[in-house]
Amino acid sequence: MHEYSVTESLLALALEKAGEAGAGKITRINLVLGEMSGIVGECVELYFDLLSRDTIASGAELAFEKVPTRLRCHKCDNVYTPQNGSWACPACREIGLEIVSGRECYMESIEVE
Amino acid sequence: MTVKVIRVGEDILSANEDKAGANKARLDKCGVLTVNIMSSPGAGKTSLIMSTIANLKDKLRIGVIEGDVASSVDAEKINALGIPVIQINTAGGCHLDANMVEYALNGLPLEAIDLLFIENVGNLICPNAFVLGEDRRVMIASTPEGDDKPLKYPAMFADSDCVLLNKIDLMPHLDFDNDAFRRTVTGLNPDVIIFPVSCQTGTGLADWYAWLTAAVRGKRGK
Repeated sequence: MHEYSVTESLLALALEKAGEAGAGKITRINLVLGEMSGIVGECVELYFDLLSRDTIASGAELAFEKVPTRLRCHKCDNVYTPQNGSWACPACREIGLEIVSGRECYMESIEVE
Repeated sequence: MTVKVIRVGEDILSANEDKAGANKARLDKCGVLTVNIMSSPGAGKTSLIMSTIANLKDKLRIGVIEGDVASSVDAEKINALGIPVIQINTAGGCHLDANMVEYALNGLPLEAIDLLFIENVGNLICPNAFVLGEDRRVMIASTPEGDDKPLKYPAMFADSDCVLLNKIDLMPHLDFDNDAFRRTVTGLNPDVIIFPVSCQTGTGLADWYAWLTAAVRGKRGK
């Protein structure tokens, strides 16, 4: 969902950082995407190929590190991954939680020449 | 050629967050309490805003930003009440973003508004990820949608300051487990305030009006 605007933003960010470093070419962009971010890597790659033409990012490899959804139970402090669509804590069966990870959508680093 | 690694560590959606921050600063300067109202289509966003206007317009100066894919149906209803309103049409977009709200703010008399409602596009998923510059995030669930919606759309419920459960007058005709709903919502969001209401009959709305009025007074330091 929203991969076009996400790709526009990530390309602009990568070009900005490469420009600051005086780089001539971006060879790789390392991204971190949480399971709950709703961003599909294949769609980002599709838009990136189109949007990066005629920029120093053209041809760059996009690397996606995927972060699973992890929840912390308020009652027993158990940290767990939801199973079979259920958000209940597997240890105490309560639903009382904090989302610890899974919503990430950030650029870790870029590799340039 | 030597490859160099440049550490970035920045959120990709930060452009919207930055714009939302600018919107908030502008609204803070004018002392406006801004409320982002979200729900699925038909849960009662416009009905809630219209009831609130009818009840509070003699005490508070209200403004509205209406967000829809198309038409000005909602803005016309608000305009007929004599309230300043701007309609945003997203032409297919599934949520409002901070950029759209910035343009809408240009068309409102912010110095003469105490309480600004932003009625978001009807959608339980996308609006949640795009902050607009609001002080309060309010979502409306309604009884015909079922008591399992918090489990199916957890992020929206987890991030809201206030959840209104609308259409409680229909509960005798539905299999809605109110205890299960409350348990799940407070499990996802221990600090949330839940108001069971009916915009149709007026039940429960007094508590919502009181919460809003207190929030406006708190913003203005009264």
